[in-house]
Formats: sequence, C-alpha cells, structure tokens
Amino acid sequence: MLTILFDGVAYGMLLFVLACGLTITLGLMNFINLAHGAFAMAGGYITVVLMNRYGVSFYWCLPIAFLVVAAIGLVLERTLYSRLYSAPHLDQVLFSVGLVFMSIAAVDYFMGGQQQLIHLPRELSGRWEVFGVGIGKYRLFIIVICALLAVALQLALTKTRFGSQLRAAVDDGRVARGLGINVPVVFALTFAFGSGLAGLGGALGAEILGLDPNFPLKFMIYFLIVVTVGGTSSITGPFLAALLLGIADVAGKYYVPQIGAFVIYAVMVLVLILRPHGLFSREGTR
Amino acid sequence: MSSASETLMSSTAGKPETTAMALLRRRNSWRAYEIVLWLIAFAMIFAMPSKALILTEITIVALFAVSLDLILGYAGIVSLGHTAFFGLGAYAAGLFAKHYFAEPVTGLLVAGIASGVLGFVTSFLVLRGSDLTRLMTTLGIGLMLAELANQMAWLTGGADGLSGVIIGPILGQFEFDLWGRTGYIYSLVTLFILTWAARRLVNSPFGLSLKAIKTNPVRASMVAIPSRHRIVAVYTIAAVYAGIAGALLTQTTSFVSPDVLAFHRSADVLLVLVLGGVGYLYGGIIGAILFTLLRDWLSVITPQYWMFWIGFVLIVIVMIGRENLARWHTFLPEPLRRAMTRIANWRPGAKIGGSR
Amino acid sequence: MFTRRAIIAALSAGVAMATLPAGPSFAQDVFKVGLILPMTGPFASTGRQVEAGARAYIAQHGDTVAGKKIELVVRDDAGTADQTRRIAQELVVNEGAGALAGFGLTPLALAVGPVATQAKVPAIVMAAATSSITEQSEFYVRSSGTLPQSAVPVATWALENDIKKVVTLVSDYGPGIDAETWFTREFTGKGGEIVEAVRVPLQNPDFAPFLQRVRDASPDAVFVFLPSGVGSLFMKQFAERGLADAGIKLIATGDVTDDDILNDMGQPALGAITGHFYAAAHDSPENKAYVEAFKAANKGMRPNFMSVGGYDGMHLIYAAIEATKGDTGGEALLEAMKGLSWTSPRGPISIDPETRDIVQNVYMREVKEVDGELQNVEFATYEAVKDPVKAAAASGN
Repeated sequence: MLTILFDGVAYGMLLFVLACGLTITLGLMNFINLAHGAFAMAGGYITVVLMNRYGVSFYWCLPIAFLVVAAIGLVLERTLYSRLYSAPHLDQVLFSVGLVFMSIAAVDYFMGGQQQLIHLPRELSGRWEVFGVGIGKYRLFIIVICALLAVALQLALTKTRFGSQLRAAVDDGRVARGLGINVPVVFALTFAFGSGLAGLGGALGAEILGLDPNFPLKFMIYFLIVVTVGGTSSITGPFLAALLLGIADVAGKYYVPQIGAFVIYAVMVLVLILRPHGLFSREGTR
Repeated sequence: MSSASETLMSSTAGKPETTAMALLRRRNSWRAYEIVLWLIAFAMIFAMPSKALILTEITIVALFAVSLDLILGYAGIVSLGHTAFFGLGAYAAGLFAKHYFAEPVTGLLVAGIASGVLGFVTSFLVLRGSDLTRLMTTLGIGLMLAELANQMAWLTGGADGLSGVIIGPILGQFEFDLWGRTGYIYSLVTLFILTWAARRLVNSPFGLSLKAIKTNPVRASMVAIPSRHRIVAVYTIAAVYAGIAGALLTQTTSFVSPDVLAFHRSADVLLVLVLGGVGYLYGGIIGAILFTLLRDWLSVITPQYWMFWIGFVLIVIVMIGRENLARWHTFLPEPLRRAMTRIANWRPGAKIGGSR
Repeated sequence: MFTRRAIIAALSAGVAMATLPAGPSFAQDVFKVGLILPMTGPFASTGRQVEAGARAYIAQHGDTVAGKKIELVVRDDAGTADQTRRIAQELVVNEGAGALAGFGLTPLALAVGPVATQAKVPAIVMAAATSSITEQSEFYVRSSGTLPQSAVPVATWALENDIKKVVTLVSDYGPGIDAETWFTREFTGKGGEIVEAVRVPLQNPDFAPFLQRVRDASPDAVFVFLPSGVGSLFMKQFAERGLADAGIKLIATGDVTDDDILNDMGQPALGAITGHFYAAAHDSPENKAYVEAFKAANKGMRPNFMSVGGYDGMHLIYAAIEATKGDTGGEALLEAMKGLSWTSPRGPISIDPETRDIVQNVYMREVKEVDGELQNVEFATYEAVKDPVKAAAASGN
C-alpha cells in the first residue's frame, strides 16, 4: 500500500527534524542532551501561543519558532551547557534530566496540563487522491520541508567553511583553536542551530504528535532511537534511520497491529546487536 | 591509575599473597560510618513507627540502586533499562504468591531467580558497543518488556495491574500490618543481608578485577582477566538484586501495576545513584534517602509543581559539581575536620586514626 | 573516600531530623478527606479537573457539615500505583483521614483497596472507570462512572439509527478493552456486525496506520474510546484522512470530546456523536450554577466529566456526614452513602446500594457550535443506567 509508505515517510521525516538537532549535539559535540525534547516542546508552545492568542499565521510561526528556540538554546549554551562539555556523561544526563523536569513543571504552570491544539491553514488540511494513493496535504508539506532541510544540512556541513570549522573543532579542539578557529563560538552557534531545528520540529509536529507538558519525556525515547540507530557520525545516517523507523513503525502498526508497539524497539535492539555503532556509522562494526 | 590495577600489578611482582590479601582484608572490615548507618536504620523501627511506609520505600529504592551500582559503579555499564529486572521480579513475586505459595521469602528467591535468568540472557547484549549503545539496548529491552506486560493481560492483568495478590506471613510467623512496620523490618533485613553480600563480593578479587576492567579493559585483559565472563557474572548478580527489590515492592504493597516496568523508574534509580555517588555501594542507599525524602517533602508542599524543584536541585548539583559537594567538609574548621575523619575511619579492631 | 563517610555521618543526623513526626492534629471537629490524584505526569489534567471539582463543591456549600469542618488534603501520586498506596496508608495512619478519594486511573484505585478494607475507611473513586474496581473492596464507592455504562448506550443508539457495520478502535489497556468488549456485546447481540477491532498502543504518537485500516474496512461508523488528550489528536487526523467524507460516522464515549479541550478542536470535531454522563452544556439550573462557579475559580477552564466526579464525590461525603449526624466512623459513613440519591449538575443520580456503583443518565450528544463555542449538545437520554457489567453478572448472563 503506497498510502502507508507515504504516511511512513512523512512520519519518518518528522522524526528526523526533531532528532537531527540531537545528532549534532550528541554526535558532533559529544554531549548527551536528554533535554532536546524540551526545546522541541518550546517550539510547539510558541506556535500554539502565537496562533491561538495572537492570530499569527502558521507559516510565520515556523521561522519564529526556529529563531526563538535557537535564541533560548544560545542563552542556555552560554550560561550552562558550555560548562559541561568536558564533564562526565553522567553529569550531562543528570543536568539535562533536571532541565526536562523544570521545563515540564514550568509549562504546566503557565499553560496547563491539557493537550494543546492548533488549527492548520485551510489549504494544508485535507488530502488528494492520486491513482488511489491518499496523500495528506499537511504530510506532503512536512515531507517537502524536511527533505529540503536535510539536503541543506548535509551541504552546510560538508561544503561550507563553517561546516569544516565545526568538524575541525569536534575532531581536535586544541588544534582547531591553534589554527585560529574560535571553538566556543562555533559550538555555541551549532548548539543554537540544533535547538532551533528542534523548535521547528516541535512546531511542525504539534499537529500530528500532539503537545502537552510531558512531550519531552514522551518523545525523548524516539529521538534517542533515531540517533543510535543512525549512528552519530553524519547527517545521512540519522536521516535514513528516521525514514526506516518511520516506515517500519507505520507499516508494523498497519499490517500487524497486535505487535505494532514492539516493532520500533525490536528494530532498534536488532540493529544495535548487529552494528553497535549504528547502521550508517563510519567506524562500522568493531 | 586506580588502586585496583596497581594492586594487580604489584601482586604479579614481589610478594603476591600478602599485599593483595591484606588490601582486601582491610577493605572488607566494617567502618564506623557503616555501623552507624545501619544502627540508625534499625533504630528507626522504634523511633519512628509512623514513618515506616516511606522508610520501606527508601529501603526498596536503595536496594534497587545498589543493584545498579554493581553494574554501573563496578563494571561501568550505563543502563537505562534496569527496571526490566525490577519489574520482572515484581511480577514474578506477585504471580507466585497469587497462584502457588504465599510465603514471601520463597517469593523473593523465585523473583531473584527469574530476574537472574533474564539478566544472564541479556548480558550478552551489553558486552559490545559504546555507552550510548548500551544505554539504548537496555532501554529497548525495558520498553519491550513493559509492552509485553501490557499485552499479556491474561497473565499480568494488563494495564489494570495484578490485583488479588495476598501475601502470607513471613516464614509463617509475621503478618504484614497496615502501619507497614513488618514490611519495613522485612525490607531492611533483606537490604542488610544483600548489601553485606555485595560488600563481600566487591571487596573480593572478583570485585577488584571488575574495577580493573572498568578502568582499562585492554590492560585488564593483559593481566589475564576474562572480562566477558566477569561482566556477564556481575550483570546477572545485579539482575538478581533488582528482581528481589521488585519482589519487595510487590510484597509490601500486595499489588503489581505495569508502572514497575515504566521508563521513569529506570531514570529515577539512575538519578538516585548518581546523587549518592557511584562505585561504593552506599551511594545507592544515601541517594535513596536523599531523593525520596526530597521528593516526598516537595510533593507535599506543591503537589502539582514539585518536578520543577527536583529539576532545579539536580541542575544546581551538577553546576556546583559533585566533587565539590563531596568536598564540603574542607570548608569546616581544621580541628573539627580532623576529628570527623578519625571517627569516620575508625574500624573495630584497628588503631584509631589509621587511614588506609 | 573519607569524604563520603563524612557525608554519611552528617546525613544520618539529617534524616533523623527530617523524619521527626510532625504531630498530626486529631481535633474532634475536623474531618480530613485525603484526595490522591495524578497531579504530574501524563494524566495530570485528570487530577487538575477532579481537584477543581471537589474544591468547587466546598466553595459552594461551605466547609462545615453537621458540626464537622471538612479539610481536603491533596497529594500527588504521579500516576504510580505504589505511591498511591503509600500515600493512602500515610493519610489514614498519620493524618487521620476519615475518607480517601480521587484515583485517576484503574490501577491507582485498585492499589488502595487493601488499605481501605483494613482501615475501614470509605474510598471514593472520582475518575477511574473500570467496572471491576468496586468489587475489590467493600469500601469503594464510585462517583464517576464506568466505561461500559457509556459504551452500551452508544451501541443501542447506533442500532436504532441504522448503523449496522462498525469498526471499534480503542486504546490498548484496561478501560479500552472494557469499552470494546461491552460495545461489541451489545451491538452484535442485537444484530449489528463488528467488521474489525483495532487496538491502539497507549504510547502512540501517530494514528495514520490505524485510521487507514478503518478506512479500508469501510464500515458505517467507527466506535472510538481513547483517553481524553489523545482523543483530540485522533479527531483531527480522522478529519484529515477524509473518513467523514468516505461516509464513516464517528461514534464514541465522551472521553474523546472532552469538554476541557473540545473548544480548541475546531472544525474536525463538529458532528461527532458521543454518549456520556456529563456535558458542560447540560441544561439544568444546578449545572448552570456549577459551570459558572467552576469557571470563575479556574481562569475560565471548562468543567469536564472528571470534575463532576470530584464534585459529586464531595457531595457523597457531605451527605453521608449529615445523615449520620456527625458520626464519622468509616462503616457508618459507608452505610449512609449506599442508596443516596440526589440531583447533580449532570442530572439525577444515585448510589446502587448493592454494588456501591453509580446509577445515572447517559446522554447522547452531538458536537455543535453554540454561541461561538463548541459544545456537546444533548439530544437523547438513556435514563438511570446501571453499570452493565454488574447488571449482567446479577442476572446470570
């Protein structure tokens, strides 16, 4: 069924946008940031507030969500995260879990615990039937945006000067600094960018995944799955992994609903047993 | 370089027997702080009978954290799915009591064995890969087990939980009471025995070899430590401990709900352990005391927003730095500090002031 | 190493001080109600509604009844059963609570059973909806409702309105399976056909595959039970996938069109048919007063069916204390609660003296726009519905 494939791709793309910021912090900067979902949630809530209280158009909300969350990310990076780059992983876990707890309670306090809903513009709702394949307009919109993003990211990382600087800073911070690269600034910008992507993902996903204060905890697991299965050494890895998981999840639930919930976990454990560093990692199996 | 591998080095040079064995013996002897801790814990039975329930909860969380410490602190395996063993033990104890035999001590053993088997089987999955891989593999196993418990409603009661579990008197003698006093004594004795056993274990050559593997796996294998076997063994033992902790929860609450397998329990126990300190067994116990009391206190003050303050405390702890917190006594006046060191280091049968 | 020992020494002292008994007051004229609810975690909105409902009752009726001052002690169990049980035990033993109440989910309610039985304290179920709860202890009384109670009338209505082929779609946990079982039983028993039964995992972000299954089965209608927050997501995706255009009707229990968030659902919710025991739009003077008081106290939040469970649960306690003339013994209160009947904001209700479960009207409602807001507008009533599960057991079916 092509409809199922289409839905799976859309779902996978959404997972990718949400998780690719995490790939950057985790894979490139080696920081276990479990609070990634909190940034995505921030993006979602910004969209909800702007649309429902101030009547801002959905299309404007997306870039605003990106920018505001990126700014939040920048501030947090400068004040808190940057002190922990060299800390043990356990400290990073402890810190980011603390951040998740605080964000959950704060959102509950300001927005209430109920599900938040947005109204898509009319032209994005509904679907087309093309040769018997049902294509949801909003899902198509997501696929297009995410595909563009993935390409842009890959290019930015491999072809631009900033991309090379970042990779240099990650590979060997000391040498990079010796070559005149301002490592802290590179890291801060990268972190802000990753957070911004999460915010964008949250804004895009509010319609499909829902939005309530428990968002960061509920979806943290999915982000981590995408990143571990994809491997953390490139953007293409998580991209393909997100697609694979999206399709496997949707198809699994459609064809074998009895065990639908297991599919995504089973795929992950299987991949990790066979290739402990992820499906598409440079190191390969060791 | 850690003292563990140094010891192993020196034991291959010179007088192997005496150096290594003396170190182990010294480590194995009881310290004053441990004795005081246990005395207080047992005194609580009489001092605060009205708090027996929260004390029981602390005890169970402590045992669970000790179990995690065995693999995290001694074998260096980060796990986010440790609750799989806790939950399996809880269900095993519940089902065993419901269908076969209501005596709790037997139930503990059954639960321990069940979790141990699962631990043994899954231990082969954590032998390879990086921290992140292990984190996710354990997490995946935990989540699948949780889903399984939900699906197998005919056995586990599904999302409604397993009710109708009636626990008989302990060893046919002591009934569980509403005030939770029996439950506390029972859990505390179990915790004491198991901590004592774990203490013996980590202060044995086996425990030292684990620390060596954690510090430097390559070097460990060079001095002929079979690291795979050791990790499998300690993972299995930790699973047994977690299973027993789960069984205690079932037996003191006479109810099992699927949230014994929920992800947040794995995360909580990790927080508890990190809070108390990794790698010396008592970290789990202290973390459990701190975390449970803090959470209980906050959630009474602000039932809806206590998570905010827990998060705040966690961030503050990380920002100040765990090492700095552990060094707080250096800010005390000199004489007081010296006195405290002496008292804390005192061991029965040793000269006062003898530090290692 | 020795630093840790120093910490332990300090800690041990700290623990000793922190856990000192707070000296609970056992004043004769105070009656404490221990309200245990999920105030954090995925079911926090349940807790918030129930608490607000209970507080609304106290605000309306004063905090004194038959010479007793009623005091609410609210605790969060974060949706974890062993916490619920410990808190219940502590409230009874240390705080001297005379009644326990709340319980957002079935396992949370079940965990309290042994405590209530052993301490002989009434436990008032204000939200949890699995039928079997009240059978686990003599001391449970329910002020919310059971799922079969809502699901069976929906099935009856569907058959009366030319719906013959139905796909059921429920959350894959206790209440969902309850709803599925009892809907199916009633529906097939009277000649309807269930084409397919779909169960959705509780932790499920995307409904696409399940909705596609429903669409491919092309039934007359899909019967849905999902917990309230998730339900709203479902509604949107239902509309997006064009199921309504394909001629598939949506019939559901009232959880899906929860009044708390119904208004935010917008267009997709219009026309959904649900059966439930309470709608904020219910037309009665009692309800008008309730909705107004509730909104004023909660920044305009609309009361939903859970809040009314909290409200009526408090009424049970008040009425029982009044009936016993201030005797607050657990067994006396329980006897007084059995058979009570009164007019609640949701309509006439009573407590079945045999099963201690609630007997209430179930209304069929359609989502319509009223004065610029989306409301569940009632159009048919099934009067005095008992819990079908226990009714069936009693009649030997």
